[in-house]
Amino acid sequence: MTATQAVQKPELTRKDFVSDAEVRWCPGCGDFSILAQVQKCMPKIGVPRENIVFISGIGCSSRFPYYMDTYGFHSIHGRAMTLASGLKASRPELSVWVITGDGDGLSIGGNHFLHTLRRNMDINIIMFNNRIYGLTKGQYSPTSEQGKRTKSSPMGSISYPINPVRAAIASEATWVGRSVDIDTKHLSSMIMAMASHSGASFLEVYQDCKIFNAGAFSHLTDKTVRDDRLLYLEPDQPMLFGKEKQYAIDIKTHRPMILDMERSRMDSKDLMKYDASDPTLAYMISNLDYPKFPVPVGVFVDIERASYSDLLEGITNEAKEKAEGPDDLRTLLAGNNTWSIE
Amino acid sequence: MSSRVDVQNSAEEKLQTADRISQDLDRVTIRFAGDSGDGMQLTGMRFTESAAQIGNDLATFPDYPAEIRAPAGTLPGVSGFQIQFSTNEVYTPGDEPDVLVAMNPAALKSNLGDLPHGGTIMVNEDAFTANYLRLAGYDENPLDDGSLNEWRLIRVPITRLTLAAVEEVGLKKSLAERCKNFFTLGLVFFLYQRDTDQTKKWIDNKFGFNLDVARANKLALQAGYNIADTLEVFQTLYRIPKAELSPGLYRGINGNLAVSLGLVAAARKAGLDLFYGSYPITPASEILHELSGMLSDGIKTFQAEDEIAAIGATIGAAFGGALAVTGTSGPGIALKSEAMGLATMVELPLVIINVQRGGPSTGLPTKTEQADLLQVLYGRNGESPIPVLAATTPADCFNMTYEASRLALKYMTPVVLLTDGYLANGTEPWRIPNEDELPEINIKFAKSEDYQDRRFAPYERDENLSRPWAIPGTPGLEHRVGGLEKDLLMGRVSYDPDNHQQMVETRAAKIAGMAKDFPPLEVNGPDNADLLILGWGGTTGAITSAGEQLRAKGYSVANCTLRYLNPLPNDLCEVLERYKQVLIPELNLGQLKLLIRAHCLIDPIGLNKVTGKPIKIQEVVDKAITVVERPESVDEQETDKGAQP
Ligand code: SF4
Repeated sequence: MTATQAVQKPELTRKDFVSDAEVRWCPGCGDFSILAQVQKCMPKIGVPRENIVFISGIGCSSRFPYYMDTYGFHSIHGRAMTLASGLKASRPELSVWVITGDGDGLSIGGNHFLHTLRRNMDINIIMFNNRIYGLTKGQYSPTSEQGKRTKSSPMGSISYPINPVRAAIASEATWVGRSVDIDTKHLSSMIMAMASHSGASFLEVYQDCKIFNAGAFSHLTDKTVRDDRLLYLEPDQPMLFGKEKQYAIDIKTHRPMILDMERSRMDSKDLMKYDASDPTLAYMISNLDYPKFPVPVGVFVDIERASYSDLLEGITNEAKEKAEGPDDLRTLLAGNNTWSIE
Repeated sequence: MSSRVDVQNSAEEKLQTADRISQDLDRVTIRFAGDSGDGMQLTGMRFTESAAQIGNDLATFPDYPAEIRAPAGTLPGVSGFQIQFSTNEVYTPGDEPDVLVAMNPAALKSNLGDLPHGGTIMVNEDAFTANYLRLAGYDENPLDDGSLNEWRLIRVPITRLTLAAVEEVGLKKSLAERCKNFFTLGLVFFLYQRDTDQTKKWIDNKFGFNLDVARANKLALQAGYNIADTLEVFQTLYRIPKAELSPGLYRGINGNLAVSLGLVAAARKAGLDLFYGSYPITPASEILHELSGMLSDGIKTFQAEDEIAAIGATIGAAFGGALAVTGTSGPGIALKSEAMGLATMVELPLVIINVQRGGPSTGLPTKTEQADLLQVLYGRNGESPIPVLAATTPADCFNMTYEASRLALKYMTPVVLLTDGYLANGTEPWRIPNEDELPEINIKFAKSEDYQDRRFAPYERDENLSRPWAIPGTPGLEHRVGGLEKDLLMGRVSYDPDNHQQMVETRAAKIAGMAKDFPPLEVNGPDNADLLILGWGGTTGAITSAGEQLRAKGYSVANCTLRYLNPLPNDLCEVLERYKQVLIPELNLGQLKLLIRAHCLIDPIGLNKVTGKPIKIQEVVDKAITVVERPESVDEQETDKGAQP
């Protein structure tokens, strides 16, 4: 190549993000769909491929980085967010993604989940929630419903489950979303949205484990029922659902309720609009659950707040301004209390 | 012998300094002891600084309780600071004090056992009230009942004299009383003919925000000095002429600060950013504090949510190309062990500092021990070899931290550096090195250009068996690493049995091969002798002094210290075989002994102490003379030449 030739980088496509590793999930696993959407989105997030890093813990979902042709790190159980935090703190220019599961992220890694979010560490976390331990062959997980019969809970689980979105909101996350593995359009819009958020972003994806918890979400996500049982949150829009968008969620006296638009003769203009910058509202809406209500998906929280990287840069600059004397090693080593021996 | 200072008449008793006797001493050990709120650490540190400025060699050791403020006047609340300063080289803070400064009955009671008969006790007589005597468990006032007749007792009404001295400032009584540590320091300064100016400057700096407190402290210091000048008991003054230290610029340094600076130096020399991820834990937190205070573009700290997150973040930073370091103590290592295995598996450079403390479990957080050696060597699942280094003195923590960093980066491996509570908190003078005195650290990140015509192979190895370090941001070298076993070249997940065998053996061979980088063992004393005293880590000072003392008396003894514990130095067994017997003093139940026995097939004698206290020179000497023949020249009455003031 001569110097006069401009280096024209070809546009990357999905294929450029497919690694040569053989994908080893069970046929029909929801993970395939999430992988495909992420691979499709990556060329569009505006970050050179070499600056993208995927980090995971342990579990079925955590094999993910092997299948992405980016920098990747398959770490140990529950700890992906810690590696991601250290990497991002030291290399703020990188786009750092964490792939985790309900067991990895909320059980063994629960502490890191809380702290990574509250620090507003500028990383993107996708949690594949299949409400079961897949890789260890089917024990109940922290998101398994109470009463779930598994090998480790033959009488039915007596533990109350945790809701990942609610946990994220309570952890002060500045971007929280939820999507569904098979709803590819929605899923990719969520991935794009979280990629552009500055600060920690957390996306829960309902993911079907064909082998140990098949159909855990099909009562909500099947094409035939989806319209009535999922509530697609849209920013600054009323919370409508139903095939004809004939129902709405409204909040009266601090309680969400379902309005039948026709019967109540409401105009959608007069309905309460969803505001993702209000975590209190987000928390209330995240409580909606089937069968009393449709289950919300979409962006729950989207708040602007200085990220860890921004703040670190700020105090570093401040420290530099305050620093006295030259910045050479000997000055650093000497400190300010020395004496000489002739 | 007891001397009493009278508050009223003290001023009139002024002696002419010229009338006094001035005596030169080789070395003196002073222990300051008081309530943890009495400011004894500060007093000790100020005294240390003055000794350093004069050019004495010195070593110090603070001994403080785990509780931040145990109830005032009680035995658990006693905090102590010991300094040995000398005109010769010193290796330890001294086995036992020559002078004990006791600010209250509890301080007297808990330290008296360490003071040899004939030693000097200086007490704050005012603190010997009925209540404090009771809290310390005294039925009678020991100052009056004759029980201290074997020592030279100096009673000074420190509280009252301090209050009188600072009265003009008009501080609240509780604040005014706090100045008594500076008053005490003034007394001791006079006894050893130290100048107060430096300390006054320090007070101005430290308390500049509160001019009244600064003034009161200076008045107290000067009053202590002046009053000592009036007292007959201070008729003999002592001079400890300066030591012959190599010329240069010096600062006082403790082990934790030395570790921090060693990391900064290594990062600078390597041209890397330093990333220190840690979780607060005694006695390692100070490293986090020191480095956090040095925040800059190239120095970042991360206070993680737990020990595991601390090392996880560090591994992330190492993946990103930083000199990545985590520091902790034994309980933290226990939590980090899975991640240490991960770092071994992915072969990324990492420095792991373990400032050891008394264990097991929470153990003795503020006390010292060397009982984590086997933990860091073997406390992980699978075949997980990690190099282990140990620092020998507070200042040596700088060298060994630098060395640990150099080795981690060169061999692409986690490296453990062992220090301990004794080294972490002990101080000594440290000559600040010039940048060009430090060994080079060359970093070669894998570059895109190197792989124009072939695929990047993450587990290709160089002559040291190190793999390439390709960091995110490098186009074309995108690759995946992880904790699963990987194939020996491309790093893809591999469950192949032969591949696993080969990878396990390769990882082991890489670490074993590092020994070629180590300097030959240094032995003090004869090449062949009846006994070799072999040590590692913080016991080195006592062992070195013991070796010198024994040889001075004609014993056939050599001594040697190990800085590299995994792999062990190549010449180790050959050196050990030259001696009839090997004695290994360590602050555990025989961990190095076990290693040496396995590695060299010899049977060393152990000297094992686990009291939470450093080993004493005398303990090593006593043990050694039970196993070697007494030379004819030794006169049993002969005593150490250190004089008693
Ligand atoms: S066990 Fe379940 S989650 Fe795991 S790969 Fe198979 S289907 Fe997917």
